[in-house]
Amino acid sequence: MSGGWARPGLLRSALVVLQKDLLIEWRTRARLNALVFFALSTLLLFSFALGPDTRLLGRSAGGYLWLAIMFSSVLALGESFRVESENAALDGLRMLPVDPKAIFLGKAAGNAALLMILSAVLVPVTLAVYDVRALLGLPKLAGVLALGCLGISAPGTVYAAITARSRAKDVLLPLLLFPILIPALIAGSKAATLVLHGDAMNELGSWTGLLFGFNVAYWSLGVILFPSVIED
Amino acid sequence: MVKALRIALPVVGFSMLAIGAWLALAWVPAERDMGAPSRIMYVHVPAVWMMFLCSILNFGSSFWYLNKASLKVDALAEAGAEVCLLFGGIGVLLGSIWAKPTWGVYWNWDPRLTSVTVMLVTYAGMLAARRFEEDPDRRARVSAVLGILAAASAVLVWFSVKWFNSLHQVQSSPKTTYPELVFTLRWNSFAFLFIAIWFVWERYGLAMATRAGEVAPPEPPGVTASGGAA
Amino acid sequence: MSTPPQALAIDAVDLSRRYGTRWALARISIRLEAGQSLLLTGHNGSGKTTLLRVLAGAVPASTGRASIFGMDVAKERATVRQRVGLLTHSSYLYDDLSAQENLLIPARLLGVPDPPARIRELLQQVGLEGRAQDAVRQFSAGMKKRLSIARLLLKEPALALFDEPFGELDPGGIQQMESVIRALQQRGTTVVLATHLIEQGQSLCSQRLHLEGGRAAAA
Repeated sequence: MSGGWARPGLLRSALVVLQKDLLIEWRTRARLNALVFFALSTLLLFSFALGPDTRLLGRSAGGYLWLAIMFSSVLALGESFRVESENAALDGLRMLPVDPKAIFLGKAAGNAALLMILSAVLVPVTLAVYDVRALLGLPKLAGVLALGCLGISAPGTVYAAITARSRAKDVLLPLLLFPILIPALIAGSKAATLVLHGDAMNELGSWTGLLFGFNVAYWSLGVILFPSVIED
Repeated sequence: MVKALRIALPVVGFSMLAIGAWLALAWVPAERDMGAPSRIMYVHVPAVWMMFLCSILNFGSSFWYLNKASLKVDALAEAGAEVCLLFGGIGVLLGSIWAKPTWGVYWNWDPRLTSVTVMLVTYAGMLAARRFEEDPDRRARVSAVLGILAAASAVLVWFSVKWFNSLHQVQSSPKTTYPELVFTLRWNSFAFLFIAIWFVWERYGLAMATRAGEVAPPEPPGVTASGGAA
Repeated sequence: MSTPPQALAIDAVDLSRRYGTRWALARISIRLEAGQSLLLTGHNGSGKTTLLRVLAGAVPASTGRASIFGMDVAKERATVRQRVGLLTHSSYLYDDLSAQENLLIPARLLGVPDPPARIRELLQQVGLEGRAQDAVRQFSAGMKKRLSIARLLLKEPALALFDEPFGELDPGGIQQMESVIRALQQRGTTVVLATHLIEQGQSLCSQRLHLEGGRAAAA
């Protein structure tokens, strides 16, 4: 009878959930493509709103890159829970049972990975369209972006799980998530701008530190609070 | 006793506020550097304090609810969040009225003004989310989670906005104090406190009445001896 | 966690569940010995689904208590869920994944030994062996039902709860479902079966509980 098998631990379960999410993402890559084009078109829209002043665009590039990622993240997060609620699949995981903490870790990591892929596409386009170069080097920019994507996905996964069952999920998710993301937006934009245009005052460390603290806060809160969100 | 207190709170609170208005507008000598506009501080500061007090109430109730689910605690959390939004709104409005003659603009991305505004948007979002959950138990649990996240966000936003602005010049409020100023501020704070407690109390009563209509009586119907399978 | 040998498969006392102003389930008591089968009947909305979900530990009871094999459903929720299999109207499947992948994920999460072999065996048992690599999105409702059955069998539950298992199945599928349930019973699995097909149900179950408006009633 069941229960006699050696069940995987927290991290191994989280890894299976992550692999499942990535597999679904791969199977539905048409959706992923659409998301990428949405993000690219927001980047273009910002430049049209600001006019053809390349110097102004260049100076704002870091902030716009983050805005494009954040707007797209709402769509990605909503999608990641639509898949779960289609046939009550999340309920199915819950009843296996899978530790809700593992579900959180797996899904949040999956969402972070997706946002990182998205940023990898957005960076070269941003550099070209806004005519900037990564003065401190691309590895540093990648590090800032990775930290920021992780920071968006932890609270994002909690809020997407909360709104997934709501009637007004499309409005509620950005309404709840965007104000929470403001510290990540501030720190991420500042850090990205410093990487792009140089860090004369040596401030990069404190902004990435803030981003790191944001991550620590919301990944721990997510692990603690997510079970209350998905359990009845 | 409790009934008398419920009547006395608004009476005392609003009377004190009326006297407080005279104290703030006439009795206290005008502030040396800032002049007449600084008198708005006597209502602005207490309003912001009440906002923080109510947000602490909301956080405490949210935390309590996740440890021990009870619709009463949820009603308290809801009352706290709404009164927090009310006083916060008053505080931000008064703050920006004060900013116009003082700094020449209504809005200048002052860290306090900005972070309080972000915090209010978070609470407004939480109250909006409540409207879309029909099941009272799930609504209560979701808002408890949102309440804890809102409190965490308030702290993080405060630090990040402050950091963000540390490169710009930071305007400071008048630091000079004298006995009349301290007394009037205290007087008004107590007036606001009594009014805030009364608001929370009334809102809590309203929330409990709403729940009575949403939730079935605590005992399920039917006789105890139900015929189960042997 | 060892189970006392004399523990009942289901021991529920005064079980009630409230949804808003409505009591979906009111004061239901059940005693079912291990290896026995119980038929649940009643109209739509009579509380069958709610009762099964409460027994499985999917939703907590509002009042009353239940234990499964001596384990309290509220206090030992994870352990109870490990031993209970629940088949509901929701298929628990990912439409974008193939039938094989939809079984592989729970198999890995359950720690099933040698998943590929076990999955082949199960797909054969429910008659889907030829469609293992097809995306579930292309499946008919009946095929999805078969796949959910395979998903439930994967777990080898000690208590299997079926909510309308014959719905959406063709006559052949209904027969197959019956034989699946019989095979479970022969292995000693306790079964609770909620269905409108009273004849099929009575041929499979020795006991019956009829629900009306969330309450136990005479059939």
